[in-house]
Amino acid sequence: MTLRTAVLVAALAVASCGGGAPDARSPTGSNVPPRGTLTVFAASSLTDAFGRAGDELTRRYPGTRLVFNYGSSSTLATQITNGAPVDVFASADEASLQKVIEASLVEGSAAIFATNRLQIAVAPGNPKRIASLADLARRDLLVVLAAPSVPAGKYALDALSNARVSLTPASQELDVRAVLNKVALGEADAGIVYVTDVRSAGTRVTGIEIAEPYQVVARYPIVTLKESKNQRLAALFVDFLLGPDGQRVLGDLGFTRP
Amino acid sequence: MSSEPIPRPFAVLAALAAALFLLPLLGLLVRFPWSDAFGALASPEILTATGLSLVTSLGATALSILLGVPLAVVYARARFRGLRVIRALTTLPMVLPPVVGGVALLVAFGRRGLAGQWLDSAFGIRIPFTTAAAILAATFVAMPFLVLTVEAGLRSMDRRYEEAARSLGADRWTVFRRVTLPLVAPSLYAGAVLCWARALGEFGATITFAGNVPGSTQTLPLAVYIALESRPEAAIALSLVLLLLSLVVLVALRDRYLPTR
Repeated sequence: MTLRTAVLVAALAVASCGGGAPDARSPTGSNVPPRGTLTVFAASSLTDAFGRAGDELTRRYPGTRLVFNYGSSSTLATQITNGAPVDVFASADEASLQKVIEASLVEGSAAIFATNRLQIAVAPGNPKRIASLADLARRDLLVVLAAPSVPAGKYALDALSNARVSLTPASQELDVRAVLNKVALGEADAGIVYVTDVRSAGTRVTGIEIAEPYQVVARYPIVTLKESKNQRLAALFVDFLLGPDGQRVLGDLGFTRP
Repeated sequence: MSSEPIPRPFAVLAALAAALFLLPLLGLLVRFPWSDAFGALASPEILTATGLSLVTSLGATALSILLGVPLAVVYARARFRGLRVIRALTTLPMVLPPVVGGVALLVAFGRRGLAGQWLDSAFGIRIPFTTAAAILAATFVAMPFLVLTVEAGLRSMDRRYEEAARSLGADRWTVFRRVTLPLVAPSLYAGAVLCWARALGEFGATITFAGNVPGSTQTLPLAVYIALESRPEAAIALSLVLLLLSLVVLVALRDRYLPTR
């Protein structure tokens, strides 16, 4: 069997019986377990989700190792177009992915594997009584956003403009986790982050819902890079995320199904 | 002056070492937007960042001279228990990852920080996200360069001039001002330039402690980072500008780092 068919079979096997143990692999072929290292560049909002997904996958395939590089999707896209050795890229927006696609570095087409929504992160218990986007314009509040070049920053500006709120952020952080941390540390009174960030922060912050008409939905595409030396493992990882187990991991952390 | 023979393996490794530094420089020169350098550099946000970088780096240098020279005097002259430990701890930022420095500054001077909490409740002073924070972050990482350079100057100077001045009736402050300071002036100058260059390049502690606020904390290195995503040609142009500035620093200090023999 050629390598390509082996990849396909293994990928199909995982996609069709994602819940399975190692022995639930392809009934027909590839008894060679996947091996090697997979380098994944992922939006910083995926930090927890991919950490868990990686743990599950390496438990299932002990010969594999996943290396993650988290950052703002726009930074990651710049690194990739400048030649960073990457197997898989998961972006928090389609614009960043577009840069990589335009550089014709992508193998196949992109799949949307998760969606995410925005929330206002505030100090635990919401001592400043922030109830809506409109409240963020209050003079007594220190509000941080992600920089406009970062997906989370762009989405936040979209939501604010949907709500016709204008404000000057106290800081434009380099990625969404930095926004979350500024709120969690108490340096900022509020920040616009993803629902999943608020959930991952546990009791360190409280999340305030954004009213539905102003809400912005972030779509997360994932692609395999042409340069990848381990297409088989890359396909396994992507299929895991799209399959029931990956979706369960993502759902547990607050992501929604595409 | 003729060249000595260099063993071949050494020559190869030396060439590799030189290439490590020269290739990135070459890369910047090749990718530099020569035709539209002015357009790439003259945008308002870059002019703002340049002005802010001058303010923060010079502010940090001034603060480092004001506080660092006395510290260097203590290190060179005083003897007390714990001095060596304090000296080591205040030198730490030279080897500490700057982001760690930024986190440390946040837990000290942040709104909920050890000192920051008190500054906020007593005076209503909040440091993070202000130009003061950017200056403080730059001072934190840059001052050790000044302190160590001035301390070395103080240790190597000839103390007999001070003794002579004392014996002629000058008080301690006069001796320091009229004798010691002129004698260590070259070290102070070198230390200040090094400190300024380090402050100018400061990124990690600034982004962590002061945030990225165009006009008040977005210095040139931060602007380069942000521009790399949206306008790469501007980032490359800016990088070359910063590199030329560093070159100027090196030339200014040539007697110290570029021996001419």
